[in-house]
Amino acid sequence: MTVSPNSVSPDYFASPADADTLARLRDKLGLAAEAEGLLDIAYTTVDSPVGALLLAATPKGLIRVAYDIEDHDRVLDALSQLVSPRVLRAPRRLDAAARELGEYFSGHRQVFDLPLDLSLSRGFRQLVQRHLPQIGYGQTLTYGQVAELVGNPKAVRAVGTACATNPLPVVVPCHRVLRADGTIGGYVGGPGAKATLLRLEAA
Amino acid sequence: MTVSVKQPFEKVVEQHGGTVLRVCRVLLGVHDAQDAWSETFLAAMRAYPGLPDDANAEAWLVTIAHRKAIDVLRARSRQPAPVEAVPDAPTGLGVPGAGDADLWQAVRSLPDRQRQAVAYHYVAGLPYAEIARIIGGTTDAARRAAADGIKNLRKNYPGAALKGAPA
Repeated sequence: MTVSPNSVSPDYFASPADADTLARLRDKLGLAAEAEGLLDIAYTTVDSPVGALLLAATPKGLIRVAYDIEDHDRVLDALSQLVSPRVLRAPRRLDAAARELGEYFSGHRQVFDLPLDLSLSRGFRQLVQRHLPQIGYGQTLTYGQVAELVGNPKAVRAVGTACATNPLPVVVPCHRVLRADGTIGGYVGGPGAKATLLRLEAA
Repeated sequence: MTVSVKQPFEKVVEQHGGTVLRVCRVLLGVHDAQDAWSETFLAAMRAYPGLPDDANAEAWLVTIAHRKAIDVLRARSRQPAPVEAVPDAPTGLGVPGAGDADLWQAVRSLPDRQRQAVAYHYVAGLPYAEIARIIGGTTDAARRAAADGIKNLRKNYPGAALKGAPA
């Protein structure tokens, strides 16, 4: 007797309730992985006035904020390569970050109070990124002024690179660094997003 | 040459979660399938960093599910009556369509190897050589187990529209 592989469909053992069941099982997996110490990277996405933001955190803290135009799938692939492939959509670890960002975008928060994991940046870039929160809400500096701030006044271009490669935009305020001629300069989220954040903080 | 890249585990769950759930259902029935799914993916996540980038993730997951299902069946055989009674209860948790309690009865009455071969070939779509590696024995034996399993299902579940199957 011959049985064609098509004679029994895999769907035969499927159920209309599978989508709900799987959603529930995936939530449960996130919680179990967290409890077992396996959740190396948890992520979620939140809506904002500058588009959907990807938030990702290690057990140490927030490691990545990514704009839509960075392509969230590519960002997650990179995290999988650079940090760990044990990556799950598990919003709970991002609850505090999502809440603080919501408060910021509604004008009710000026300083972020979140544990950060800066391990995606090294050396001078990380040094610059560590100093950026010293630029207060609603204030701006030029790239040259930031170079002076970190004690290396000639490293203006390197400061530009450090800002452009900031893995934690919005939370680490690279949007508060402008060109010396007063023009807005580049931004990982696009110049429109930078202008939106500066307008929000000027209000 | 493309460099293979290990994708985030979330993608593995997204791509294979449904298949693994259906495999677990055939192996264990509707009730125990969800626990087996959870244990399979938790164990898989633990081992994932060591999986070669170019490995067949679905075959790997089915192999883990196979072991987890054996654990469940062993535990079940140690606690006889109460557990056996449960799967006959009507449930909305994933029994596909009306009247399919008979299908699950027929699946449950298959010998283990036939049920496994049916699950891995007809539900997961694995080749017989891969199935032989998981359940042991030769490729031909795996093919026979799947064919016998389907034959028995047809015999014991005659109302079955095992899709497109000749009567």
